[in-house]
Amino acid sequence: MTQELAIGFLPLVDACLPILAHEHGFAEAEGLSLRLVRDVSWATVLDRLLYGQTDAAHLVAPLAIATTLGRGRPAKPLSVPFVLGLNGNAITLRSDLAAYVCPAGGLGDPAAVGAALAQVAHRRMASGRALRLGVVHRYSSHNYMLRYWLAACGLRPDQDVEIATIAPPFCADALEAGEVDGICVGEPWNSVAVERGVGTIVLATAQIWRRGVEKVLAWRESVMEERRPQAEALVRALVAAARHFIDPANWDANAALLARRAYLDASPEIIRRAISDRLLLRQGGEPVHYPDFMFQYREAANFPWVSQAQWLYTQMLRWEGGAFDSVEAARAGRVFRPDVYRAALIGSGEPLPGASSKVEGSLAGPMAVGTQQGLITMEPNHFFDGRIFDPAAMPAYLAGLP
Amino acid sequence: MRIAVVDESAARASVIREGLAEIEDCEIFVVTERRGLVAHIGQIAPDIVLIDLGNPSRDVLEEYFAVSRALARPIAMFVDESDEEALAASVEAGVSSYVVDGLAPHRIRPILDLAVRRFNAFSRLEADLADARGRLAEREAVDKAKRILMQSRGLAEHEAYAELRATAMRQSRRIVDIAEAILTADQLLNGPPPGPSARRPTGRKGHDRTAP
Repeated sequence: MTQELAIGFLPLVDACLPILAHEHGFAEAEGLSLRLVRDVSWATVLDRLLYGQTDAAHLVAPLAIATTLGRGRPAKPLSVPFVLGLNGNAITLRSDLAAYVCPAGGLGDPAAVGAALAQVAHRRMASGRALRLGVVHRYSSHNYMLRYWLAACGLRPDQDVEIATIAPPFCADALEAGEVDGICVGEPWNSVAVERGVGTIVLATAQIWRRGVEKVLAWRESVMEERRPQAEALVRALVAAARHFIDPANWDANAALLARRAYLDASPEIIRRAISDRLLLRQGGEPVHYPDFMFQYREAANFPWVSQAQWLYTQMLRWEGGAFDSVEAARAGRVFRPDVYRAALIGSGEPLPGASSKVEGSLAGPMAVGTQQGLITMEPNHFFDGRIFDPAAMPAYLAGLP
Repeated sequence: MRIAVVDESAARASVIREGLAEIEDCEIFVVTERRGLVAHIGQIAPDIVLIDLGNPSRDVLEEYFAVSRALARPIAMFVDESDEEALAASVEAGVSSYVVDGLAPHRIRPILDLAVRRFNAFSRLEADLADARGRLAEREAVDKAKRILMQSRGLAEHEAYAELRATAMRQSRRIVDIAEAILTADQLLNGPPPGPSARRPTGRKGHDRTAP
């Protein structure tokens, strides 16, 4: 019997895996029938998940942790058995500002662009009109990556630079209207701003943290436990979709499919840029190839590393205040469920890491890592400022941050 | 009590407003414009904010409420843990609510219940309308198919219809499905129907579907 699963999503390129799992029959092959539920705000994606209108959802990773910890509303435990991808976001600035802080064009050097931006920010502060940057949600990796970068470049978010929330479809409008000077958003929205000539892409978030966790597949913990066989089947279907997604032979077809009105309702040509890691940074420019702009499959990218959930937890504390609490840190870590990922894929050809947590940002060169099955060679995963996150030493990490 | 209804659909907002007018001591403010939303809400200083789930500004509004903790009247999402069912009904109807700190649930519930009923009523109206539109489109397809049969086979109108009906019965399909198959076949054989400004190539066989 085919089991139906309803999956919530926001129209973004990184909603690709559940969509492809459905369209290419990977879900069907696992005995699942997916019903994709499109929304336009994370608040609504989350509401539908919490009140049973969907079984699982494409979600910004920090929101899964915030919901579990009860930030902003009463706590409801969520579980993440699968990471939908790493990175895939960019920072787009008003074109005049981009030309000033990133004069060479192309993707800038994060430290150099940050230093130039800091000068502008301080001048703007002095003139009484603070620099203002937009992110898509308070509990998004966009917010944390942007703040991480700004802080490491000597800027104090909320003091030297204002950070505002803007819904992705209106990012280009906000740039055009001068409501913000820049945005950190996922695709296709940077490219839409470029296409409209209202912004220039200066950085990819993968330059800030080379292997940063992005969207996740979230379930209510109780629902996932009740429907454990389907949850594991879905992990397998999504892995198959991920393998299909990164194959260049499928890029055109997948871009056309994601572009459909029921999904992203956007231009296939623009979607293809993100899929192929070839972005047009400014209107009329040449495409720039930045490998692993989106990272959907290799190196067990979909494996829910407990350390990544805990990195997000440290950033939550960093920007909202509050003392480090080891019980809360453990609860944040448990949102990510490597045990479910492993149970789903044991005996398959997929490589499975041997550990559930790792030191983030420590690899400067390729390294073969210990596995439970298969082979995994991890490539560099550094933060641009060279900091290293050891989940066994979170208080020290927090104390050492600027 | 001051209630802000945030909805980009002016029609639905007015249906909600009309319903809330039944409740005593309520002042209702409808906000349909996305631009300046947060400033507008700030001016209204509402006790309750109702917003439709399909509104793209929800995350922006939630962010505003979260940072407005510093303000005199903090607002938070209404989450009545004693009544999950009512909240599920509200999500199902497509409305979410935010309330100022300290407002008693018994004052909120009648308003929320009413909003849910009104949202549901509006959805039914929309479904009826879509249904009516669908029927209209079906009738048009049948009319066009009849015209094609009349012109290509020289049938009278009632004969063309009888033909459609007989084929539908033979194949156990709906008349409209047969009509649509004819339209598709006609498009494949004779090209797509001309748009409002396009002109049909001359010297081509076929029937002029734009003729009155």
